[in-house]
Amino acid sequence: MSLAKKYPKEVKQILAKYPPEYKRSAVMPLLYLAQSEEGYITRQAMQDIADTLEISITDVGAIVGFYTLYHDKKEGKYRMQVCTDLPCALRGADQFMESLCANLGIKVGETTPDGLITLEAVTCLAACDRAPMFQIQSGDGLKYYEDMTVDKTMELVDTLKKSGAEVK
Amino acid sequence: MAYILLRHRDVPDIGNLNVYKNNGGFDAFKKVVTKMKPNEVTDLVKASGLRGRGGAGFPTGMKWSFIDNKIWPHYVVANADESEPGTFKDREIMESDPFQFLEGVAIASYAVGANAAYVYLRGEFWQIAKSLDEKIAEMKDAGLLGEKLFGTDYSLHIYTHLGAGAYICGEESAMLESIEGKRGQPRIRPPFPAVKGLYGKPTVINNVETLTNLPMIVANGSDWYKSMGTPDSAGVKIFSLSGRVRKPGNYELPFGTTFRQLIYEHGGGVQEGRPVKAIMPAGASSSFIVADEKVLDTPMDYAAVRALGADLGSASVIVIDDTVSIDWIINKTIHFFKHESCGKCTPCREGTYWMMHLIDRAQDGIRSEADVDLLLNVAKQMQNKCLCPLGEFSTMAVVTGIEKFPQDFRKA
Repeated sequence: MSLAKKYPKEVKQILAKYPPEYKRSAVMPLLYLAQSEEGYITRQAMQDIADTLEISITDVGAIVGFYTLYHDKKEGKYRMQVCTDLPCALRGADQFMESLCANLGIKVGETTPDGLITLEAVTCLAACDRAPMFQIQSGDGLKYYEDMTVDKTMELVDTLKKSGAEVK
Repeated sequence: MAYILLRHRDVPDIGNLNVYKNNGGFDAFKKVVTKMKPNEVTDLVKASGLRGRGGAGFPTGMKWSFIDNKIWPHYVVANADESEPGTFKDREIMESDPFQFLEGVAIASYAVGANAAYVYLRGEFWQIAKSLDEKIAEMKDAGLLGEKLFGTDYSLHIYTHLGAGAYICGEESAMLESIEGKRGQPRIRPPFPAVKGLYGKPTVINNVETLTNLPMIVANGSDWYKSMGTPDSAGVKIFSLSGRVRKPGNYELPFGTTFRQLIYEHGGGVQEGRPVKAIMPAGASSSFIVADEKVLDTPMDYAAVRALGADLGSASVIVIDDTVSIDWIINKTIHFFKHESCGKCTPCREGTYWMMHLIDRAQDGIRSEADVDLLLNVAKQMQNKCLCPLGEFSTMAVVTGIEKFPQDFRKA
């Protein structure tokens, strides 16, 4: 079913933000809406968005490929994105990441065997004073976890495993 | 002194509309719409000496005066894409003092005759965007946004637009492309956004912190604002302090505060009491400043930091102590810029790629004098050739790092 049929209110609200003659502007919010379904954007969803906005699927695909928060394949339910950029690294982010890998038993870029966590290294998230930190992306939600330790993180992983809740 | 921008530190509930209104909130917006002509607002901001807080330090009132009044409609875009490594000030403003920021957007919109404004937030500010959407709805319900405001003919709508993880979208023309539903790649300029911006129409793009100053300038006047700071840089600035300091965080201080005051009085000094080795005053885009006693006593404003061979930028001050090797730092900055290069222009796309391979090889222990020379050569060849500042920024730490700290690169 198309996004417009499934989420008529949301799609209408999104389109209303932009001048009617420039509805292509709605591509980014519509992609977030599509991604909220399964945590990634399917080819069918891209075609659907292209049809809604009267642009080509190539134009939509180019947006998905350019921006790092859009995903076109299924990975872990929770994408744990640890900032290892300069200011965080000056406060121990690399060591935090290393120890997180050891605890989760995966390397950066990999997903835990139960499909729960995909661990990623990302660039600055504007939380330089609260390192080590990461964000978790799941569904269309995204949440910051700051001033973290490995112990606190592993407790969080346990909680997420039990609840399976989306982050909001 | 009372806070001007981070007012939630004085009034904890200032993010609540009634509390904000009880503290003078939206009086300034009402005043400009009902009592001032748009060009009078621009003149007031010009007279205040306010300069853009996103990094360039361009005079705000002058930027507004460039808007083309022969072409309509006009747009205002608030740059909330805060992504420079070391910068985390706009986030605190929007999280804790959101109405003052939105009032600033409204005042700027009135001044340039815009009836629609977009707040462009980096995708990671997902929660902030949701919260701003609620605040915008509250303003509408309170008659502070919408049609015929305060009984005049002026109408204004504010919308949020969420990015999706791309540092380059903080560059103003890339940001406009992104709002138009395209990849965030900078435009060739001229034409500048003041003539041909969003949807090809005259557009003013201002940083969150810049806009948040406006209600207080309207309320208290340009002389009041100019009484703070230095003759070169009026008013207050939020310094985002990070790196090897004891108390990293945002510090709202007048321009002219010295590095020493920021790092030692406010930031609690360096971890383990170690000496400051280098300072990057503008985040990862910064040139290195070699820290010595004289440098630490430099009053920070745009001109004084430039005289040290760097830029103040958005005042994201990263402090580096003597335990850190500069080649490790530029490994981090080069990887950042390689990742964030949009790929549109060749010098940046290829230059950041080759710099990354050279620095990786050096870090792997296969270090040669020739590689250091080549790295410096590549960085210098990129300079003044890139389409937008990102490519130029990527070379700053490389060139100044190798030139000012040769011992960290030419190890035995």
